[in-house]
Amino acid sequence: MSATALHDAHGEHAHHQPGFFRRWVMSTNHKDIGTLYITWAIIAAIEGGVLSMIMRAQLAHPNNTIITSGQTWNAIVTAHGLLMIFFFVMPALIGGFGNWMVPMMIGAPDMAFPRLNNMSFWFLFMAFIFVNLGLLVGAGSGVGWTLYPPLSDITYQPGVAVDFTLFSLHLAGISSLLGAINFIATILNMRAPGMTMHKMPLFVWSILVTAFLLLLAIPVLAGAITMLIMDRNFGTSFFEPAGGGDPVLFQHLFWFFGHPEVYIMILPAFGVISHVVSTFSKKPIFGYLGMVYAMVAIGFVGFVVWAHHMFVSGISVDSKVYFEAATLVIAVPTGVKVFSWIATMWGGSIELKTPMLWAIGFIFMFVLGGATGVVLANAGLDTELHNTYFVIAHFHYVLSMGSVFAIFAGFYYWIGKMYGQPYPEGAAKLHFWLFFIGVNLTFFPQHFLGLAGMPRRYPDYPVAFAGWNYVSSVGALISGISTLVFFYILFKIFTGRQQLAANYWGEGATTLEWTVPSPAPHHTFEDVPVIR
Amino acid sequence: MKRSNKYLFLGLVGFAVLAAGAPMALAAAKNAVGFPVHAPTPWEWWFQPAASPIQKSIDWLMQFVLWIMAGVVGLVGLLLAIVIIRFRASKHPVATTTTHNTLIEVIWTVVPALLLVVIFVPSLNLIYEQSNYTHRYMTVKVTGHQWYWEYDYPAAKGVDFTSYPIPDNQIKPGQIARLSADHPLVLPANEKIVFKITSADVLHSFFIPSLGVQRYAIPGQYWHQWTKIDAPGIYYGECNQICGMNHDNMPIEIVALPLKQFKAWLAEAKADAAQGNVPPVRKYEVLAMADAAKKAASRAQGHIALASATTDETTR
Repeated sequence: MSATALHDAHGEHAHHQPGFFRRWVMSTNHKDIGTLYITWAIIAAIEGGVLSMIMRAQLAHPNNTIITSGQTWNAIVTAHGLLMIFFFVMPALIGGFGNWMVPMMIGAPDMAFPRLNNMSFWFLFMAFIFVNLGLLVGAGSGVGWTLYPPLSDITYQPGVAVDFTLFSLHLAGISSLLGAINFIATILNMRAPGMTMHKMPLFVWSILVTAFLLLLAIPVLAGAITMLIMDRNFGTSFFEPAGGGDPVLFQHLFWFFGHPEVYIMILPAFGVISHVVSTFSKKPIFGYLGMVYAMVAIGFVGFVVWAHHMFVSGISVDSKVYFEAATLVIAVPTGVKVFSWIATMWGGSIELKTPMLWAIGFIFMFVLGGATGVVLANAGLDTELHNTYFVIAHFHYVLSMGSVFAIFAGFYYWIGKMYGQPYPEGAAKLHFWLFFIGVNLTFFPQHFLGLAGMPRRYPDYPVAFAGWNYVSSVGALISGISTLVFFYILFKIFTGRQQLAANYWGEGATTLEWTVPSPAPHHTFEDVPVIR
Repeated sequence: MKRSNKYLFLGLVGFAVLAAGAPMALAAAKNAVGFPVHAPTPWEWWFQPAASPIQKSIDWLMQFVLWIMAGVVGLVGLLLAIVIIRFRASKHPVATTTTHNTLIEVIWTVVPALLLVVIFVPSLNLIYEQSNYTHRYMTVKVTGHQWYWEYDYPAAKGVDFTSYPIPDNQIKPGQIARLSADHPLVLPANEKIVFKITSADVLHSFFIPSLGVQRYAIPGQYWHQWTKIDAPGIYYGECNQICGMNHDNMPIEIVALPLKQFKAWLAEAKADAAQGNVPPVRKYEVLAMADAAKKAASRAQGHIALASATTDETTR
């Protein structure tokens, strides 16, 4: 089992060791809950990844017959998106690293509401069950993760699959909402004396901003999917034109949540990268206040740009002009962050250990993805590029090479602290390079496909698009193989027998988690530390 | 001439022939009667060649924005490379403690903001150009269905027909699998056309990349997009919003005819509409090409006449 030490540091009270059920199912410990989240995120990533392998296998050649039903294809596309977003990226960054590191980084013994924390995890676990029911029951949910009616309405997706999917999102939403409340309460109230807001580590700031985004965005998603559930099952017509409703209303509500959602996925990643870059440059982050307020600005502006997902849908000319302008604005604080990371490295003493490889890869790949984002922000260009593979290339660059690189960076950075065993450096570097080559080979050619006019969510395509599709599928295969290397690394970690120092990264690691032993004891900071 | 010069000359001529011939070869896709076809080509890495004024503007703006963003990405890549090499631990064991520099922080906030303004200004023009529906020649009502398109010509009462994809096993020479349709949308070239787009069931998207046209088909609503097809030919598009099982097989085929042949086709279509038939368009393509050949021949004759006039001048 986990090597987390179970003895407490205090001589006075005797804690009896909790049994398996109490420790893992009824956990109120932020580290154990973090472990549950990370474990489940890996499982969801495997399922989401297998679905993507199936998709790329189908798309490797035109006229392929791996998936013969368009409805099955649509159900796979839907599940892939939902699994990766709600069950891999968010749980890994927020539920996993957030839970593990935020209390330690602020010198708190645990989260403000430990039992609520437990509930958040098990709600997400149930949501995972339901999203799989949505994939497997009946004909599956063939609506895309964006769930637009009328396709998602009962007439066009009869049966219960879509209802399972919508219920899954309700559960996942509640999980995230309660988690957000927990993080905000913890970060605002439980910082050790001397740790003012402007002394908080950047990862903690990133989780705080993310929590506010979740708090404000999730309820809107909940409203939208409740209205859809009612249209499907209770005869209402919120989105049904025949009853006076409007399909475009759903798009507004969905994207009012959906756009902050993408910042929810990237802000904690920014936090991780700041820590890794600082540690492996042996320098404090350049321009701390700029970094903090860039994240706050990104979070805030992220709420007022949603209709750039609707440029070719039902919005007016002047709305397009506004939403383009607002979307372009976000590039400014993002640029501040990128240049600050580079300036942190400038004059530093750079060690290219595995976490740093992931972080440097993140910076370059995220900028590339952000560049295509600037392209898409132009409403005029989006007329040509909306729903094409150009958009798929854009968001996979910022997600598969942004968020996912940051997740791996955080994993390699913190696994010694969490489990107490190191990762094998050689194999880890191999994992990085294989994955790096794989995802670039998968997604770069998709820019070409999108420019040439290939639509997304297509299981088959005109022969002219065959070339780049084949290259992309080869890249997917390489990425899949790199995952096997990662499994080997996990095996080496979990069978390791070494002793790691409290701070096994050296002088560059300056946040509070590096002052406690590795693996971190079950309870830390039960005595309040004083921050000078 | 010297032997090396001769080979150099031949090489240059050969290259010139290839260079002149290549674009013709790429764009020279033709259908069964020789009418030009504008479809995606293998290994394409840019937009399909622009066939409308809007798509030309889109193509230009895309290059403009991409060059700027390439500069940004290149700069970041260069800085990262410099930093990794120059400040690697083996060569730079002691890190500095610099964490502030107000000037550079101002520069990297203001310069990107200015770059964004530079991008924004020309893009405004494109947005307004795309929404200028004045001075149209005609309107076509486009209705998306699961899983086919329906085209209705308000100017020719009764001409309202469906356009299904041609199944893969019935594709004939000159047709393209997954793109050719049984009853293409016939339009006049070089005239401003407004598409009035709606849906009969779920969301679809009417998307023709070579013309720069895309708009969702939303039930209960009409949304417009205009285009002007620069040259007669066949243009393809696909449904671009997930609409169920056969989302990937409801293509759009547009046959753009010169105005004269378009009017003739439309007249025949109106006459046939009572029987519920849609007249085939191949014979009008042939007529259009015959017309074009005649015009080209008479132009060439005019040039010969002009050339001989010039020769007379010089020999006088």
